Amino acid sequence: MAEWVSLSEAIATHLHDGDFVALEGFTHLIPFAAGHEIVRQGRRRLRLVRMTPDLIYDQLIGAGCADKLTFSWGGNPGVGSLHRFRDAVENGWPGPLQIEERSHSDLANAYVAGAANLPFAVLRAYAGTSFEEAFPHIRRVTCPFTGERLAATPSIRPDVTIIHAQKADRKGNVLLWGILGVQKEAVLAAKRAVVTVEERVEALDAPPNACVLPHWVVSAVCLVPRGATPSYAHGYYERDNAFYQLWDAISRERDSFAAWLKRHVLDTANFGEYLRVQAEHRALESAQ
Amino acid sequence: MTMAGFTSDEMMTVAAARRLGNGAVCFVGIGLPSTAANLARLLHAPDVVLIYESGPIGAKPAVLPLSIGDGILAETADTVVSTPEIFRYWLQGERIDVGFLGAAQIDRFANINTTVIGDYQRPTVRLPGAGGAPEISTSAMEVLVIAKQSKRSFVERLDFITSAGFLGGGNARERAGIRGRGPVAVITDLCVLRPEEGSRELVVASIHPGVTREKIHANTGWDVRFDRDCGETDAPTEVELVVLRDLLARTAAAHGKVGNAA
Repeated sequence: MAEWVSLSEAIATHLHDGDFVALEGFTHLIPFAAGHEIVRQGRRRLRLVRMTPDLIYDQLIGAGCADKLTFSWGGNPGVGSLHRFRDAVENGWPGPLQIEERSHSDLANAYVAGAANLPFAVLRAYAGTSFEEAFPHIRRVTCPFTGERLAATPSIRPDVTIIHAQKADRKGNVLLWGILGVQKEAVLAAKRAVVTVEERVEALDAPPNACVLPHWVVSAVCLVPRGATPSYAHGYYERDNAFYQLWDAISRERDSFAAWLKRHVLDTANFGEYLRVQAEHRALESAQ
Repeated sequence: MTMAGFTSDEMMTVAAARRLGNGAVCFVGIGLPSTAANLARLLHAPDVVLIYESGPIGAKPAVLPLSIGDGILAETADTVVSTPEIFRYWLQGERIDVGFLGAAQIDRFANINTTVIGDYQRPTVRLPGAGGAPEISTSAMEVLVIAKQSKRSFVERLDFITSAGFLGGGNARERAGIRGRGPVAVITDLCVLRPEEGSRELVVASIHPGVTREKIHANTGWDVRFDRDCGETDAPTEVELVVLRDLLARTAAAHGKVGNAA
């Protein structure tokens, strides 16, 4: 049953050290505010999963929150590398990061299998690639009807899934639209789900086939306007492309990353304050 | 590098766009493939159906998206479906005519590496990883690859095969049980390569204007061969150049940066 709580309370209650955690959002509706709160509360040894670990996981990895990452594409979209992710994989900084690598199709199927309460996903995948010999989590099964050999991979069933959405009503029913990625599957695959939203409304007024997550599959709902920035929220605000470019410079060196993290995340009380500090910095930079 | 009024990047994008037929259903990678596919849509292929892995089907963006899930893709699409649906019903369902891919590294049999350079556990360079490419390269009916050519990208041996081309050549791809036909052309800033009949080794099918065979040799990590009929790629027409430059200028104005980045 969804409870309306503050984001700090939701993370404190539902996310524990060592948890298997999904923060999903495919370019759109990425739960940045929740990621920052995880850093602020100093969670450790998290096992993270995400199809596209972009800036949000670069921040969590650089901040030392993660022991393991399951993913299918790790980059700064349209810009280049994730420097904190690469530093962790290539140099073990700030600590070693175990990785479990898959393809998009695999992870999407694995979330579906998790939501369907199945132990593994079956798909036509990986033929001819190095994946099978490199990773024990990719195996083959034989179709009992046709004899076809198909790929089998473990389903994804997070302890906690966190997503950002456009709206929720008083009861905590959640509505999202636009590019939906794997958010619905990731929520239904998880033991607990935390949702941050742009807006709290009296009624969702959603058409019959809209993507609505009923309040009773959501553990906590938090009102966090602009909580997906620098990604975007369809109908609310645009992607902050300039920040993705800035991140390349901020994250390139350990010192500049640590200074940014302290000033913008660790030394701010919440996402509202983060947004104010961001705005001041950006105004200062553009004035120079 | 400007030569005779166009750059080698423009030649590459135009040559790639020409390969995409009108009405084709195309699964588009971000970056160079997205630029070429949208150029085709604005030129000779107005009815091409562009599918992006984030969920948009039939996207018709006025400017190039910076990321695979930009809002403009959703707003201009015929429909937007979930990411699992894209991979399960549309790609694995074999409704894609052409998969359009980029490549960090490619070998003589058009196998692609976007995972690591060096040992997997101790990589020299950690690349972004697979994304949608492994299944695009096997489930799409055919594949186009667009990549800048150099000794670093066109290599003798891949450290990791992320996406299958023709594996060890010959009929190795079919023997591995792969259903799609695989790469039909690799378009670079120097030339167009295609798999040779029988061996399935990439051979140079046409050389872009102003490029020499020596330059292609110098930028290929294996002893690349030239097709017996190898000629010169048609230079970009004025219309092709105007439409491409206009698209990139609109994109730059919208995003505040040049939009041809991979």
